[in-house]
Amino acid sequence: MFIVNYIKEVFGALKSLAVGLRRTMFYFTHHKEIITEQYPDNRATLKMSDRFKGEVVMPHDEKNEHRCTGCTACEVACPNGTIKIITKFEVNAEGKKKKAIDKFVYHLELCTMCNLCITACPSDAIKMAQTFEHSVFDRSHLTKVLNKPDSKIMEGVE
Amino acid sequence: MWSISNIANWVNEWLGKNFSAAWVTVFEMVIAGILVISLFAVLGLILVIMERKVSAWMQIRLGPNRVGPKGLLQSAADTVKLLVKEAMTPNGADKFLFNLAPYLAIVVSMLLMAPIAFAKDFMLWDLNIGVLYVSAISSVSVISILMAGWASNNKYSLMGAMRSGAQIVSYELSAGLAILSIVVLTGSLNMNDIIRSQADGWWIFKGHFPVWISFIIFLIAITAETNRAPFDLAEAESELTAGFHTEYSGMKFALFFLAEYVNVFIVCAIGATLFLGGWMPFHIGHWEGFNHIMDFIPSSLWFFGKTFFLIFLIMWFRWTFPRLRIDQLLNLEWKYLLPIGMINLLLVTAMAILKWHF
Repeated sequence: MFIVNYIKEVFGALKSLAVGLRRTMFYFTHHKEIITEQYPDNRATLKMSDRFKGEVVMPHDEKNEHRCTGCTACEVACPNGTIKIITKFEVNAEGKKKKAIDKFVYHLELCTMCNLCITACPSDAIKMAQTFEHSVFDRSHLTKVLNKPDSKIMEGVE
Repeated sequence: MWSISNIANWVNEWLGKNFSAAWVTVFEMVIAGILVISLFAVLGLILVIMERKVSAWMQIRLGPNRVGPKGLLQSAADTVKLLVKEAMTPNGADKFLFNLAPYLAIVVSMLLMAPIAFAKDFMLWDLNIGVLYVSAISSVSVISILMAGWASNNKYSLMGAMRSGAQIVSYELSAGLAILSIVVLTGSLNMNDIIRSQADGWWIFKGHFPVWISFIIFLIAITAETNRAPFDLAEAESELTAGFHTEYSGMKFALFFLAEYVNVFIVCAIGATLFLGGWMPFHIGHWEGFNHIMDFIPSSLWFFGKTFFLIFLIMWFRWTFPRLRIDQLLNLEWKYLLPIGMINLLLVTAMAILKWHF
């Protein structure tokens, strides 16, 4: 029936509009829900949201060891050449030559925070940090070496 | 007792004692003009800051909070910024029409101020066809929009203006039908008569079901007529940059902006007059004590309270609903609002003849 559908449509539309109006009225009357951060004023107590991505970092443990094997999966995955890995060969205890990273070069000024390198990494060596105050006076400060000096690969990470 | 009409009468008497009749008319016209212009300025400031705060809270944001106490002076600062900006006229534009359009927009909203009763016995012009006057003059505003869009010599402006033309021409109909249902119940086109007929209860209570329908239709139609979201196709930021006022800057843009907000105020004032009893206080049947307390609240407060309630409703719509496409917009008018409005008008007429209302 055309007329029944017509009336149903009108009442359905009114109902769905009312649902939307109820939601915005809830937000209007509940000021605790406000998510705006007044940044420079509340710098100490700033609350970042979980999915915010600021820069790529390489976590090191207390023995100055990281998990990066130098496989260059992240370098391949990066769409705009942000990561450059310089490898070297190390001789281990048994006298075998082994590939390791010399420098993990990260160009923050080129990075788009797309997270592709993090997902590409097979050994969870890099992750996204939530820092965001990146402004510097010289562009060269934005080119970073992520592995700390004299750091080694962690035991058991292949 | 102090009331706005007493002050007006006092001013009239004082002028009558000191000047001849012709000068009294001149002075009173000047005073009325100054009052209307200052009401414009104040309304612009208040409505802009109100809109920004309401939108912020509805979108879980803070809104302006830096200029003045709690950001209340933000719109004043913005006005100063707009005043000192250069009002450019583009090279390819039709200069005369381009500069005329904002003035036409503001003149239309000034004309609409005339038959509105702001308080008991206080209005600029007690016109016996007030409602007809309002619906006739408000359709002139589309000419200023078309003029601005055409004269800008810009495709976005022209498209915005054409859309706005189609929109206002069609929504004028259902707004008219909704207004007519109250005219049918009152039997008068005079704003004062309409308010007086609501002394024993506002039409939204007395007229029950059919008047509720026409109130909803009226709300939808005035939202469309003032070009506000979800019907802001004339501006449509995301597709037409700013629609008909893309090429305007500085004070010329500010005049369009002001006219938009004042139009919102005026249509809400008319809605308050027709459906919510204008300056009539809220009375419940035979509760003498309650009614007496309500009478103590000044009539101007009642009027502005109801008007701002309707303005809040319209802002609430704007920040809740997504914008309609042009075909959906015209579908809504011609397939839904207009037939429902016509049937509703028949219902209201039957109700008025058979005295079904309270």
